[in-house]
Amino acid sequence: MAQKNGVKAPISRKSLVDTTINGEPVEFLCEPRQSLLECLRDVLELTGSKEGCLTGDCGACTVLMDGRAVCSCLVLGVEAQGKNIVTVEGLAETTRLHALQQKFLEHASLQCGICTPGFLMSAKALLDRNPDPTEREVRYALAGNLCRCTGYDKIVRAVLDAAKTLRETRDASAAAGS
Amino acid sequence: MAASSNGNFRVIGTRPIRHDGIEKVVGRAKYGADYSFPGMLHGKLLRSPHAHARIKSINVEKALKLPGVKAIVTGKDLPRAENKIEQAGEMAINPYYLSMNILAHDKVLYDGHAIAAVAATSPHIAEEAVRLIEVEYEVLPPVMTVDAAMKPGAAILLHDLRNKEEGNKETNVAQHHQFKRGDVEAGFKSADFIVEREFNTAMVHQGYIEPHNAVGIYNNDGQATIYCSTQGAFDVRSLSAQVLGVPVGKLKVVPAEIGGGFGGKTTIYLEPLSVLLSQKTGAPVKLVMSRAEVLRASGPTSGSKIKIKMGATRDGKIIAAQIWMAYEAGAFPGSPVGAGAMCIIAPYTIENLHIDAYDVVVNRPKTAAYRAPGATNAAMASETIIDELADKCGIDPIDFRIMNGVKEGSPQVVGPPFKRIGFIETCEAIKNSEHYKSKLEVPFRGRGVASGFWFNAGMQSSATVNIHTDGTASVVTGSTDIGGSRAAMAMITAELLGLPVNDVRPVVADTDSIGHTDVTGGSRVTFATGMAVYEAAQDAIAQLKKRAAMVWELKPEQVEFRDGEFLSGDPSKPPMKIKELSKRLARTGGPITGRASVNARGVGPAFATTCIDVEVDPDTGKVQVLRCTVAQDAGRAIHPSYVEGQMQGGTAQGIGWALNEEYFYDDKGILRNTGLLDYRMPTCLDLPLIETAIVEVPNPGHPLGVRGVGEVSIVPPPAAVANAIYDAVGVRMTETPMSPPKLLKEILKKRAAENAQSAAAD
Repeated sequence: MAQKNGVKAPISRKSLVDTTINGEPVEFLCEPRQSLLECLRDVLELTGSKEGCLTGDCGACTVLMDGRAVCSCLVLGVEAQGKNIVTVEGLAETTRLHALQQKFLEHASLQCGICTPGFLMSAKALLDRNPDPTEREVRYALAGNLCRCTGYDKIVRAVLDAAKTLRETRDASAAAGS
Repeated sequence: MAASSNGNFRVIGTRPIRHDGIEKVVGRAKYGADYSFPGMLHGKLLRSPHAHARIKSINVEKALKLPGVKAIVTGKDLPRAENKIEQAGEMAINPYYLSMNILAHDKVLYDGHAIAAVAATSPHIAEEAVRLIEVEYEVLPPVMTVDAAMKPGAAILLHDLRNKEEGNKETNVAQHHQFKRGDVEAGFKSADFIVEREFNTAMVHQGYIEPHNAVGIYNNDGQATIYCSTQGAFDVRSLSAQVLGVPVGKLKVVPAEIGGGFGGKTTIYLEPLSVLLSQKTGAPVKLVMSRAEVLRASGPTSGSKIKIKMGATRDGKIIAAQIWMAYEAGAFPGSPVGAGAMCIIAPYTIENLHIDAYDVVVNRPKTAAYRAPGATNAAMASETIIDELADKCGIDPIDFRIMNGVKEGSPQVVGPPFKRIGFIETCEAIKNSEHYKSKLEVPFRGRGVASGFWFNAGMQSSATVNIHTDGTASVVTGSTDIGGSRAAMAMITAELLGLPVNDVRPVVADTDSIGHTDVTGGSRVTFATGMAVYEAAQDAIAQLKKRAAMVWELKPEQVEFRDGEFLSGDPSKPPMKIKELSKRLARTGGPITGRASVNARGVGPAFATTCIDVEVDPDTGKVQVLRCTVAQDAGRAIHPSYVEGQMQGGTAQGIGWALNEEYFYDDKGILRNTGLLDYRMPTCLDLPLIETAIVEVPNPGHPLGVRGVGEVSIVPPPAAVANAIYDAVGVRMTETPMSPPKLLKEILKKRAAENAQSAAAD
């Protein structure tokens, strides 16, 4: 352990974490005290997930972990071992935006945009399990994400509209398949 | 009411997707904390655990010995800055106090006041080093409220503050403003109804989701660069230069994408420290605040005490107002009480007026601008009183406002009479709304309306419009895009040049790449920077006309530009679009850059009127907002979606201010709600959809009629909520937040009084 003037360095041993991020196998080294958010941002340079509070209150760092929306600031980096993580960087397909991203743009659902990655991930988690949510259900699912710019109006509208688009796309492809 | 009509415009008034949108939905946009550089160090700050104390000594020896620690700076490392007042956006800033706020010099003046900054190889090491710094304090009594601070014998925060009205004595009152008109005594004598109340509003924070941040890179030649999220890169440059004691020309500020500001990012906290630590270590240094630091030590807006006495005649004319108001400035002078005093009755013509306003220092963080600074506190008081007067006169509250409302030619509290304004129109928009016409007859539900005024700001802006070789264009400004203003700048450019909006790329440049531009604040970007963009586009067109004349061998004045085409008036010379002409620029004299800089005059004041329905739970005092409609005069809505966004966002902040948000200090002056769980901002579940009515009464001082829309919507909600609560349960709330315990107390008090009355009757 590094020493300077007889004082021990507080650096703790790093662990190797073997995980999947946005569909790709990823290995990274992290200290036991580092949050998943810190690992994503500072180790893996995936800065799309944002830090607003580090206490799980604002939701700006929301990612999907095995399909569930979690605040990555409340997950330790080492807990990503063997998990499947999706961040905002993994939301769009190669050449096409996810319907949520497209609807956020069309409805002007972002002003400063800092909360947007978190909202997109929470909304994706909702629509993955409930393709036809009511306004109330959308509000409930997004209540862990704070937005200070928009008053949520245009966010809620975009999520409802994206849900509709996704349902239509799925119905159309089902019809084409039958 | 129609959302917006775009009249003769092709682009203005439409709703294109913002140009910077994709970067923001795929996570690629770079905000301040997203910057990193090779060899970068991380900094953390030591902050005061006391509200008020003298610093006897600071010992950094142990901290410096920790491996990984590279440098520590304290207040001694900052030069004494000049004691003078400087305008930065909507707030005045004194570099002398600003420097003391960035690092305490000999006293700490609030819980969280910065004392030292550490740079280390990781943020965790810097944090541990902070804990190893030893400070000896002499703890002094905390002064937490304007009452306590103004009391004779109160502990004094700043010994150089003197009361010029009272023999130059030491004081906590930094300033006293007074505004008078007519004769209030006589006014009250002729009033049929007089209402008098005292209001208290709690200190609240802007609550932007992105904490303050800065990366400083100092080069050995004395030049330094700061990357940070700010509403005003040029202000960061000039304020940092003053705090560091270096010429402005030594600093370059690169504005990152900004994660909200609402006025709170118009001043500096970390920026000069990142440069100082970089200078000491020879490495880039990044500083990012935690949420607790944001709440404890970045500028909230003032809590306040306001006493109002207002009188009206039986036929509904407001005849006199006497107002006493005191705002918490925080630890250093500079609350927005002066603005509050000029806003408090601004929507109404009142012949007899007397306002005393006091700026008071207290052991709380130095306040910063917050969306229409000072006006919301003021309107909570005046708009509640006006509701009560309307009620006493038996007049509909909207009609009462229209009867007394200001219009073109009405006097302002200070300055010349109003030019063309849209206050009455916002009242009418609410009156005609489906919402206001709807019935509300369920028990414990109520409806309230309130109005608000904000000056808006002009100030300096620069813009360049570059014509590219393929006939597309870029528009470069120095205005941080905090809510979609890039789109508005591109739309104005596209409108004038006759281009599709996606052929114009809007750019926000750093302080070396564009002329001086004041803050994104004061609702001024679309107004003033929009004016610069308008003029820069006209300059480009004038130059293009000359080139067309060269091509056609005509005189420039023979060339006309209409609907995106250059016309020769000669049938043998068919019209040319910019796309064609741009191919010929190299051969006709080279590239074209339209330029303009403005110090914008002709500011158009903003008004908003808001209607809110609430349901009160009579057993808990909890208030749920059921429905909300806001009408606001935009002058001209360039991009209606982002105008609505400003209206909705301001309204949501106003509702949070009304119902939940407050700084909660204990008796030692320590902030007890330093996280977003306890500093309770509205969530998705707390709000309904927010209906908007954009009113467009063109501002005669702007070529497109723009007023600016960023702020005024925050002003009415607290009073509208208070008025709705009265309508629902019959109690007059005079305090914010109107949180469940406070409202329940009033409901129980009323119930007890009613019970006592009926018992007496029995």
